Amino acid sequence: MKKKLLSFLSIIVFTLAPVLGLTGCGSDAEDTDTLVVLNYGKYIEADVLKRFQEETGITVKYEEYEQVEDMYAKYKAGSINYDVICTSDYMIETLRQEGELIPIDYSSIPNYENIDPAIIDASEAFDPTHKYTVPYFYGTVGILYNTNMVDEQTVSSWDSLWDPAFKNQIVMINSQRDAFMVALEKLGYDINTTDKKELDEAYKLLCDEKKYVYAYLQDETYECMISEDAAMAVCYSGEAAMGMEYNEDLAYTVPKEGGNLWIDSWFIPRTCKHYDAAMKWIDFMCEEEAATENFEYVWYATPNTKVAAHEDAETLADETVFPTKETLSRCKLYEAYDNETLDYTTNLWKKLKAF
Amino acid sequence: MTNKMRTSFLAAPYALWVLICTILPLFYILGYAVTTSSGSFTLANLTAIADPVHLKSLWLSIKVAFMTTVICLVLAYPVALILHNLKITNKAFVVFLFILPMWMNFMLRILAWQIILSNNGILNSFLSFLGLPTIHILYTKSAVTLGMVYDFLPYMILPIYNALAKINDQVVEAAADLGANWFTTFTKITIPLSRDGIISGIIMVFVPALSSFVVSNLLGGGKVLLIGNVIEQEFTLARNWNLGSGLSIILMIFVLLSMSIMNRLDDSENGGMLV
Amino acid sequence: MTKIKKGTSYLYLGLIFLFLYAPILVLIVLSFNNSMSRTVWGGFTLKWYFNLTSNDNIMDALGTTIKITLSSSILATVLGTSAAIGIQYMKKRHAAIMLGATNIPLLNADIVTGISLMLLFTRFTPLGTFSVVLAHIAFSVPYVIFNVLPRLQSLSESCFEAAMDLGATPSYAFAKVVWPEIFPGVLSGFLMALTMSLDDFTITYFTKGAGVNTLSTMLYTQLRKGIQPELYALSTILFLFAFVLLFVTNYKGTTKEEAKTK
Repeated sequence: MKKKLLSFLSIIVFTLAPVLGLTGCGSDAEDTDTLVVLNYGKYIEADVLKRFQEETGITVKYEEYEQVEDMYAKYKAGSINYDVICTSDYMIETLRQEGELIPIDYSSIPNYENIDPAIIDASEAFDPTHKYTVPYFYGTVGILYNTNMVDEQTVSSWDSLWDPAFKNQIVMINSQRDAFMVALEKLGYDINTTDKKELDEAYKLLCDEKKYVYAYLQDETYECMISEDAAMAVCYSGEAAMGMEYNEDLAYTVPKEGGNLWIDSWFIPRTCKHYDAAMKWIDFMCEEEAATENFEYVWYATPNTKVAAHEDAETLADETVFPTKETLSRCKLYEAYDNETLDYTTNLWKKLKAF
Repeated sequence: MTNKMRTSFLAAPYALWVLICTILPLFYILGYAVTTSSGSFTLANLTAIADPVHLKSLWLSIKVAFMTTVICLVLAYPVALILHNLKITNKAFVVFLFILPMWMNFMLRILAWQIILSNNGILNSFLSFLGLPTIHILYTKSAVTLGMVYDFLPYMILPIYNALAKINDQVVEAAADLGANWFTTFTKITIPLSRDGIISGIIMVFVPALSSFVVSNLLGGGKVLLIGNVIEQEFTLARNWNLGSGLSIILMIFVLLSMSIMNRLDDSENGGMLV
Repeated sequence: MTKIKKGTSYLYLGLIFLFLYAPILVLIVLSFNNSMSRTVWGGFTLKWYFNLTSNDNIMDALGTTIKITLSSSILATVLGTSAAIGIQYMKKRHAAIMLGATNIPLLNADIVTGISLMLLFTRFTPLGTFSVVLAHIAFSVPYVIFNVLPRLQSLSESCFEAAMDLGATPSYAFAKVVWPEIFPGVLSGFLMALTMSLDDFTITYFTKGAGVNTLSTMLYTQLRKGIQPELYALSTILFLFAFVLLFVTNYKGTTKEEAKTK
């Protein structure tokens, strides 16, 4: 009797085995020819990724995330050892302060000389000694608007987002830091303020705005503007450029009070297991051809000086993609918040969304 | 008896599985819930539910889940009844027709609702074509409720349909023969006999609706903050895993409470699928 | 009178099906849209269907999805079916405990299940495809058990014992008496596990390793800058495949049943 039962069990085991074998080979094996990359979603031309693997023989495990906070959560979860990561300025500063960065060996990145020194200088805000980062793309935060519904004069100030005439026509950016930036600029405060009274004021202002807001969006902003569901939207410059490609009535501006300049850069986290391959990766990203392909896919401003030779005058003159000196002079980089301020604003943001 | 015992050992691998992949992870969550980020014991993450923000989102979740359940029930009962009366030979076909939409990715389907409901979307184009006033529905609570009704409707239809299928038709016929009209038969016979189906339908809709966060993310436009969104954001945006875990435990307790209330109404003895 | 009643019934059913299938129609239309934007109609095209096989990312994700979905649902079915049989023959009290535990994954919010499993897995195994398979088994086993168990309950216990009294070995009795009775339950449990696994996003998102992408997680990251239209095409194909499969099996099913009744 027992034997029969055993044979029945063994049948189950045998049916299990091939399936287990099938999945078993899918599990990770550490080897030297792989590279684990973490980047924003759709932030690279697929062909560039393919070419890198073909030319170097390195297998890339490519991971994407949506928001900068997601990246931090993913990294901090510690479940995956990332070799090279691309993220935004103030998050890099946070990680640097936490001692999570490894210096980059610039001598093994010959293409680093393609990078615009002005952007490298601007990176000092989060990488003061030029040891840890290589810029990838940069851009601004501003207002994308429909010229048939709003005139240029109105959106030249952040005040337009508090205009009752545009009730349910305004798309606000669904990002805590950027939303507070808008309110702080309107109030005339520093966008990096840690003064709780000023932050409280900004919070009250955002609460006032909520009744006019159609939606808080980040990813779908440009789709929403293309279909003319809304009259104006706070968004990133690349998002704006995408929208303008499909709808000729759209325009983008950084209001006169000023805004935010952001720089997304590559860095090596402490979890890096394939340092040499990571260097090759960064070098490849700075290469003329790869940078051009990426630029033509992403439409954010590239810090790569070699790209200009491949673009026509119209693209280069596009102020949405390449912010002018005048615009840049009004924009500031974010500084990393200390933990207390971060918790404080996170809480305000949650309250804003709940009420 | 010994035979029975031996056969019951077939559940042994599963018992081990439950221990490792169900019970153990719960202890991990509980561990996070009763500690601070530095590791010392606290109950603050559990009492945090009393924070007005959390109370408000919990209350909103209950309201939305309640509305979703009621609408699902009202829509689903006639469907189940009609299907039952259709005399279809192959039950499975009907069942699969309702789970078939799931073969189109969930996020894509909700995305399609965005396209249908937006200010210049399909619905409003249709309304203005008919000369009717357009409506502003996308990125409101109504849109979130609609999305949930859409997502969970099959879970209400199937159990009710199954319960109806179990009713002996002769009972209904007997009632009619004894002079009961359609309405009396329906309220006195059909509904009471399908009660089990209704109750498991209600649970299957209410529980996931209570903890859902993706629908409100996509159709709420960031303006509808449900308790599920709060928990999700504690884990991702705010990086406060301890608070996130604490609120999850509270949500679990809440779900268990509402379930035990529903189960008290359900006097069926077989320990079937509770949810 | 009855005609009117029948008419309204059909109308009502039609409206419900319209509600359930309207988004799917929208997505099918989008798969023929010659524009990268989902809100602009750029004319009719079949190019997304032709481009599909040459898009490595999507093909990779499709492969991973199929691998994960198939292996997790098969394993969940085997594990769940044997568990259901075991639970049926357990002492009442033990069975109640097991069923209570089985309800847990169904009660928990997806995000809690996902994160708690991630916390567990990172301790013991590197995250990869395998961890996703384990996680998918964890949330789909209950569906199998709750589909098989009612079948076992309606199966008279004495049938099995009678077969053995008549000299059948347990495995023979199982194959000839129990299995045919519970098979529909096993099948619907399997299909439910398959569907749940295919449709899951949250749990996969938290338990997957680097570079592992299923169609769901791929879609999620693509929401940021618009979805590759090839994905609409792929979804349409998948959906139509399921639809045709359902239609064919149903057709076969009815003819068999008709033959039986004759």
